[in-house]
Amino acid sequence: MIYFDKVTKVYPDESVALDEVSFSVEPKEFVTIVGHSGAGKTTLMKMLIAEDRPTEGTIFFESKDIHCLKKGEMNKLRRRIGTVFQDFRLIPNKTAYENIAFAMEVSGHTDKEIASDVPYVLDLVDLGNKLWNFPHQLSGGEKQRVAIARAIVNQPDIIIADEPTGSIDPVNSYGIIKILQKINELGTTVLLTTHNKGVVDTVGGRVLTMERGKIIRDDKDGKYIL
Amino acid sequence: MIFTYFKRITKAGFINFWRSGFLSFAAIIVLTLSLTVFGTLIFGSAFGRTLIEEVKAKVDINVYFTLNAQESNILEFKKTIEKIPEVDKVEYISREQALASFKDKWKDNTLILQGLTEIGNNPFPAVLNIKAKEPSQYANIANFLDSKNLLSKDGVSIIDKVNYNQNKLVIDRLGKIIPAVEKVGSILSIILVIVAVIITFNTIRLIIYTAKDEISVMKLVGASNAYIRGPFVMSGTMYGLISAILTLIALALFSFYGDMAIVKFAGVESVGDFGLIINVFSRYFLNNFGQIFGIIMGSGIVLGAISSYLAVRRYLKV
Repeated sequence: MIYFDKVTKVYPDESVALDEVSFSVEPKEFVTIVGHSGAGKTTLMKMLIAEDRPTEGTIFFESKDIHCLKKGEMNKLRRRIGTVFQDFRLIPNKTAYENIAFAMEVSGHTDKEIASDVPYVLDLVDLGNKLWNFPHQLSGGEKQRVAIARAIVNQPDIIIADEPTGSIDPVNSYGIIKILQKINELGTTVLLTTHNKGVVDTVGGRVLTMERGKIIRDDKDGKYIL
Repeated sequence: MIFTYFKRITKAGFINFWRSGFLSFAAIIVLTLSLTVFGTLIFGSAFGRTLIEEVKAKVDINVYFTLNAQESNILEFKKTIEKIPEVDKVEYISREQALASFKDKWKDNTLILQGLTEIGNNPFPAVLNIKAKEPSQYANIANFLDSKNLLSKDGVSIIDKVNYNQNKLVIDRLGKIIPAVEKVGSILSIILVIVAVIITFNTIRLIIYTAKDEISVMKLVGASNAYIRGPFVMSGTMYGLISAILTLIALALFSFYGDMAIVKFAGVESVGDFGLIINVFSRYFLNNFGQIFGIIMGSGIVLGAISSYLAVRRYLKV
């Protein structure tokens, strides 16, 4: 489904964020990427949603080089990828309902579908009573659940979660990971980055370990070794 | 689908506008000030044009004929002058008309009228009043008049005097000052318009800068550029629309109170001398309301929408 082929990213200040990284992700897999801060996890995620371009190498999504896609094709690809970030990235002047509705609007859903699906998906993340709250009126955990609701509402092929528990307390973190696991059980591929050992222990499954821009381990049985 | 698309963009634009609160208010203030600059330039040029026309209308050449000049000769001469391309209008004032006009003007002054009676004969000569199309053309007309040696049957010149030389200094100065004033006015107007446009654009750019993270999130959920840009352009259009309405109200108030201020500062007598200046602003505003409305409304909407369009563009490259 996803294939990184010798991807290198060198920033203008000569720092190497990714160094010939190669790996693949199969459909319905739950892959956790671990590593210290600055190991290159976030850069890797940014490459996948084309927020940044590799200096060398190619990234394939279903055999298409995502950095060679035209603007319209790129928009369509992004609608198939649900994204969850450490800093939530909610639209500040839109309510929880509107943030999720926006993702549905850009995917071409009708007003009727939006009106029925948004409350449903917010109920799934246990925020059915916070439909009309703005992001600044929500706690960190609640914001992250809105972000997850936005990521899953279009039933994407893959969810990319970059340090989703980085800004929230352990109780909320556990809840977020459980939601991601449930989504994966329903057939969505999940790519998660974290440097939280507890999260890795909870999730299990395949773990990629990164260090200084390289993948140094690829374990199938959920080990956190740094 | 297209209808839904535009409905959503319009709704999002209105919501952005409303929720941005202070930023929208700031944009409206700046845009209103810029449009007021446009409006002031429109009024300034109207006022300047009126003044210039007024002054131009007061400049002329009078050809005074001798008392025994035949009217037929004068009228023939009038036809010759009318053929000069620089001449706009030639008015013949007969001796009788000059006398009647004088009597009418001094009808309340018995001393002057008594003096006139004592003279016995009509002392006023016939006059040709000549107006040129432009003040700078009077010199050519005066040269033409000098070159014509108009003689009566007995060989005496029937032209008594031409007052060009008495007015020459004023006419020459006006001929130089008026084009200079028009040129400086145009340059100043262009500079002010450019400054106003730059200030407006930068204000809207700053407002959109505060939404740059929002724009990148929209891109990452797969929104097209047009769908992201639409609500911002809609908000920009609303800034322009509201600012234009405020500017038109301000200009309406200015035009009526401005007229009163001119009368107050100029004094009643001066206003009487420059009849055209009375109600110059309000008359201009009412007579040209359609044009002013179009310019202010069009500038506001175009400025708001295009500034927003351009400002969003740089954040769409995600």
